[in-house]
Amino acid sequence: MSNEDIAIVGIGMHEFGRHPGVSGMDQGVIAVRRALADAGVEWKDMQFAFGGSQAAGAADTMVSKLGLTGLQFINVMNGCATGGSALFSAYNSIKSGMFDLGIAIGFDKHERGAFRIDTKKHGLADWYGASGLALTTQFFGMKINRYMHEHGISDSTLAKVGVKAFKNGSMNPMAWRRRPLSEEEITQSAMLSYPLTQYMFCSPGEGGVALILAKASDAHKYTDTPVFLNAAVVRSRRFGSFEVMAPHLALEHGVGPTVDASKAAFEMAGIGPDDVDLAQLQDTETGAEIMHMAENGFCKDGEQEEMIALGETEIGGRFPVNTDGGCLANGEPVGASGLRQVYENVLQLRGDAGPRQVPGDPKVAYTHVYGAPGISGVNILSR
Amino acid sequence: MSERVPVEAGVFTWPADEPRLLGSRCTNCDNHMFPVQDTCPRCSGGETETVELGRTGTLWTWTVQGYPPKSPPYAGDADPKTFEPYGVGYVELPGQVKVESRLTVNNPDELEIGMELELVLVPLYTNDDGAEVVTFAFAPTAKAASL
Ligand SMILES: [Zn+2]
Repeated sequence: MSNEDIAIVGIGMHEFGRHPGVSGMDQGVIAVRRALADAGVEWKDMQFAFGGSQAAGAADTMVSKLGLTGLQFINVMNGCATGGSALFSAYNSIKSGMFDLGIAIGFDKHERGAFRIDTKKHGLADWYGASGLALTTQFFGMKINRYMHEHGISDSTLAKVGVKAFKNGSMNPMAWRRRPLSEEEITQSAMLSYPLTQYMFCSPGEGGVALILAKASDAHKYTDTPVFLNAAVVRSRRFGSFEVMAPHLALEHGVGPTVDASKAAFEMAGIGPDDVDLAQLQDTETGAEIMHMAENGFCKDGEQEEMIALGETEIGGRFPVNTDGGCLANGEPVGASGLRQVYENVLQLRGDAGPRQVPGDPKVAYTHVYGAPGISGVNILSR
Repeated sequence: MSERVPVEAGVFTWPADEPRLLGSRCTNCDNHMFPVQDTCPRCSGGETETVELGRTGTLWTWTVQGYPPKSPPYAGDADPKTFEPYGVGYVELPGQVKVESRLTVNNPDELEIGMELELVLVPLYTNDDGAEVVTFAFAPTAKAASL
């Protein structure tokens, strides 16, 4: 892995959660200001921006608040991979040699309750939603139910992932849900989509994140603790994979986009799963974290049962996962969620994660997002 | 008995005593799809034919929708006071495809991966004309129900 790549030299975040009276866009603007301050630069120094939200407006309109500097600003809208796609685009804009310094921005603000799915936007007919099938929560329930059947994951393990998430969230001042929950509280909350209960699911929320990227050779102009972006990959689904919002699945089975994105990212970075010190993995619900551990190559199918029982994915464990509380404790403002994972990894690699700092001086950190209609994004960072 | 109408034309055979889902078969690679679509995601081929899919299959995976979906798009009873949870699953139709469907069973103790199911129609809501709007669901076959 070389540090000839791209450096993240500034990070900014607006608190995740519920913020009545603050628009999603304004949360993005605040995140940008914090990232600029972190890098010690000004908005006028930004040569380009990629930004997006799913439900809080066109990102490029934020220039009216940040400053009309004439920069190249491109809106990105790619579902749960919106942030990852903005980061991928920023990465390539510098890698290509066209720009030296720029910013990736993600923000969002969703209505309360489960996501309301516009079936037409997903290329689905009206009967699908009318019949009660257009719910992402059903997919997660069905995917983990099948996985538990095939690989022997227990209900208790589903709950333990939630316990860890809220414990980590309780140590994160930017997180939405900061009250630790017991295994019993999680197991006994309302059954939303069997076998998943209310506290096993994340909720749509609000928040914003901005990341400033620079040529690696310039990084020390901006920070003493640059973190390098060694891989940025986004992949869509292939035939035979099991994806959200699918009226049919093929009889033959293929791997999902996470497996493809992960392999490509490891190849790009020139490392393997054993080299990774910590990871932020898409945890739309607790079962997703479990399945994504295997899909990203960090264990074999079924090994999670023992790993989680032994506490290996805890902050002090062998392979910490979702150290900031993940989507479960932070909620999921779709446009910001993927960049939140990168923000956390930068803090961890800088050694700035406070009470939730992963011990042992971590050097390599991994992020993964997954979302409809079957898209995954992976980033590998190092210092 | 009030008139019954399908939730949407072209999803299943109608009228029919024993309804079948309408899908597509790729004339190039034999891939089956549901609902009807005119191109094939397996081979990127551009020619498909509409076929009636099998009426019976086995449960590949399942969940139970435990809370009222947002309405719209949901057309059934979304009132938290009267909402009845419903089963949802993927049903493997042998030699064809796995279709996503409501299940008539909503009790986790009565649902099992591999159980045999058959296609039925279930009432969804009553429309402005007083007609009963129906959608498709899979129910345990007589054989499965007696187990
Ligand atoms: Zn084909």
